[in-house]
Amino acid sequence: MATKVLIPTPLRTYTGKLESVTLEGNTVGELLQKLTATYAPLKRHLYDDTGALRNFVNVYVNDEDIRYLQKEQTRVSEKDTVSIIPSIAGGRSV
Amino acid sequence: MTALKIAMTHTAMHKIRVHAMEAYPEECCGILMGNEEAEGKEVYDVYRIGNAKEENRTRRFLITPEEYRRGEAAAAAEGLAVMGFYHSHPDHPARPSQFDLDHAWPWCSYVIAAVEQRIPAAVKSWVLKEDRSGFDEEIIDGIETAPGRLVRERAAISKTA
Repeated sequence: MATKVLIPTPLRTYTGKLESVTLEGNTVGELLQKLTATYAPLKRHLYDDTGALRNFVNVYVNDEDIRYLQKEQTRVSEKDTVSIIPSIAGGRSV
Repeated sequence: MTALKIAMTHTAMHKIRVHAMEAYPEECCGILMGNEEAEGKEVYDVYRIGNAKEENRTRRFLITPEEYRRGEAAAAAEGLAVMGFYHSHPDHPARPSQFDLDHAWPWCSYVIAAVEQRIPAAVKSWVLKEDRSGFDEEIIDGIETAPGRLVRERAAISKTA
């Protein structure tokens, strides 16, 4: 079962400029695993050293943030679209 | 290694400085809109975003995913794309902090505008190193063009392409 994953502009440099990729998987976690297996340099930007998704990486299934669903265990079907959407944080030193 | 470069219109640069001055003593933030050309990124305009942080706004900013999407759509409507982000450092140098580093996205240009006592100061641009160990500074080149002209030309080209 293949699901479309939308790639945000900052990460397209790793997907050969593709705006979306279609991957096989039953859950968001499986899709992201396939994504980072296919485009290995993406991994360090999506996951921290403990293997958790970085807190400024937002993953949506259609219009729902997976934090309010079943996180990476959220199930997906071929009708769904998964989006990786950045939030941007920063600021000067304290 | 050749020097990293980003080209910006005077309009975009002016808007960033004005936004930084208006937001002082808080941090301002926004999206850099442009295109990636063979020579590197070109920024034609910026998209202002209200700082979503509810506390510590003098030293922190936040662009929510919803705002990012709105900015991306605004850029696309002009035939442009997100080239990166800008924010201000009130009474602080225009160089990235550890907090900026911890939250940085690859490839994007991070333009930082220093403001000293409400007066616009240095503006510098930075790109995350591939191993996330720090930032490399980009040289900011000006694009010599009448305000808005290049934006309209690019939009017209992309719409007919």
